[in-house]
Amino acid sequence: MTEVVATRAAVPVRSWLAALRRHGLWLVAALLFLGLPLVFRSGTTLTMMSLMGIMIVFALSYNMLLGQTGLLSFGHAVYYGLGAFFVVHAMNAIIRAKLPIPLPAMPLIGGTAGLAFAVIFGSVSTRRGGTAFAMISLGLAELVESSSLILRGFFGGEEGVTTNRTRMFRLFDWNFGPQIQVYYLIAGWCLISMIAIYALTHTPFGRMCNAVRENPERIEFIGCSRTMVRFIAFCLAGFFAGIAGGLAAINFEIVNASYVGLQQSGIVLLAAYIGGIGHFIGPVLGAILVTYLQIMLSDVTEIWQLYFGLMFIAVVMFAPGGLAGLLMIHVPLVRARVLHLLMPPYALLLAASSIAGVGAIVIVELAHRLTVKATEGAGMRLFGISLDAESAWPWLVAVALVAGGGLLTRAAWPPATRALSDATAAAQGAERS
Amino acid sequence: MSTPAIELVGIHKNFGRTQIIRGVDLAFPRSERHAIIGPNGAGKSTLFNLISGRLKPSAGAIRLDGVDVTGARPQELNRRGLARSFQITNIFPRLSVWENIRCAVLGSLPYKYAFWYGIESLAALKERTVHILHEINLVGRRDTPAGVLTYAEQRALEIGITIAGGAGIILLDEPTAGMSRREAEHVVALIRKISAGRTLVIIEHDMGVVFDLADRISVLVYGQIIASGAPARIKANAAVQQAYLGTAVA
Repeated sequence: MTEVVATRAAVPVRSWLAALRRHGLWLVAALLFLGLPLVFRSGTTLTMMSLMGIMIVFALSYNMLLGQTGLLSFGHAVYYGLGAFFVVHAMNAIIRAKLPIPLPAMPLIGGTAGLAFAVIFGSVSTRRGGTAFAMISLGLAELVESSSLILRGFFGGEEGVTTNRTRMFRLFDWNFGPQIQVYYLIAGWCLISMIAIYALTHTPFGRMCNAVRENPERIEFIGCSRTMVRFIAFCLAGFFAGIAGGLAAINFEIVNASYVGLQQSGIVLLAAYIGGIGHFIGPVLGAILVTYLQIMLSDVTEIWQLYFGLMFIAVVMFAPGGLAGLLMIHVPLVRARVLHLLMPPYALLLAASSIAGVGAIVIVELAHRLTVKATEGAGMRLFGISLDAESAWPWLVAVALVAGGGLLTRAAWPPATRALSDATAAAQGAERS
Repeated sequence: MSTPAIELVGIHKNFGRTQIIRGVDLAFPRSERHAIIGPNGAGKSTLFNLISGRLKPSAGAIRLDGVDVTGARPQELNRRGLARSFQITNIFPRLSVWENIRCAVLGSLPYKYAFWYGIESLAALKERTVHILHEINLVGRRDTPAGVLTYAEQRALEIGITIAGGAGIILLDEPTAGMSRREAEHVVALIRKISAGRTLVIIEHDMGVVFDLADRISVLVYGQIIASGAPARIKANAAVQQAYLGTAVA
């Protein structure tokens, strides 16, 4: 009798635990999103976290193309930007007509607009893969960007289109005036989109995307149309990009031509790639880092985009798997408790490359001072030190730093990679035994 | 006589001015094992590429079960029940063995593009994938990325991908090329097993394999069929001996 009772009780508990193990990460993410504003209370961080949430959705939608299906797009901001414009116009129409549609539903309109334009443009561009697809995406981006300056009624010309989110129909007395309320709106949509995009990778379609990425020729001989797979992927990516654009429209309450621009398309490519396109978490990390740098770096230096480009080149050359790729290499080492072996060689490598990096920054900033900002004189401050860009000393020191740091980095590189491969071998050995 | 599984009528294929296939008329009866042999450069792989839709013929017609499919795309031919393997291994190298076979099974199923339910919940798909893995003897390598399998294992996977969709007509392009004697024997046994009750067309250089497996042999030389018939007759054919077999078999 007691046995029967015990098993009956155990089954629900076990299935509950299994569900927790499967979905536990999402629960952690939800709690994190909820709790972050309690830790970071300042207005700037709240705004930054809102932007990060938008960028996460955008970068993940981009990776549905690049990472999952192997489609390199140079025009993903088209769907982001059009989603944003449709949301702004829809909000203004809803406010005018006093319709009982609350603000949190608006990203869906952005998603629908993104989807609709992805259906139209995708039916042309997804017929080809590889370079042809990339070129067509670039052409379409150019087309939309130039029409944004022609169709002034819809795109609002140079000043863009504005709206006022607080005048929307209110639910539970939230007027979305304070940034904290907008943060939670974005966090909610970000979590929903993350779960949906992740779930998509575990569907028949999601697996077909990977197969098309790996071998687009073979897929045709197993009865599958690569064009169809690419088209569906493109449409779904357009949908989520539209949601991200809608969130941006709500956050800024203004949308202009730069939303559909090539620079915005470039940023999302950088974010996804720096984060790592081979892992689901990659674009999330990339979105967080890129948003952070966009805000913080632009406060420190005017030529932050130059450093941004250098960072991108460094990732492509030395860590093609991106941040997530680097992390994933080290996960088994943490499990096998051999990570500490890597710390000394890594510290040496970091120190050496930092010396070279500082030297490079000094050269870049000195040159910037002498050329672009020549009218403001040669005196400048860098790392808290006053320098004269026209004297030889700062240049000599900088060149010495680059040369010395470069040589040290070259010396520190082999021990670091050797230590990594040794530790990996040790971890694999430990796993096997 | 019943409709042949595949029928080629007056097939020509030119690349620029070069004629590769110069008028091939050939019928492959259903449920027969048919080997195509011929010297290097005779156009055997080109013929396969034409039948499977990878290339379009310059002239002539291809019929599948009596239906004209000339110029049809590979995926359409596959849906009509034709599957092929490749001479140069053509798999999904960074996906696991399991994913390779599962995708190939999925290709034949109506819900291959479905994005509204989880792939793990599809019991029939899983069952069929396991079945194919057993058939090609790669159950133990399930989670290995296909790119790091041994050459013989990759060839077995190539055959597995080809048969996974359950096609009734199977084209195999040199399935035993580059294998040791023992590995080739394994593959021949596998081919014998999977081709039972199906139409098989195989390109093969190993004469032992050809005479062991085929019900009928066609000899392609310089883009034309010079002989077609039962293995014993092909062996005895003087023109074939001169053109291809040389003194090795005689």
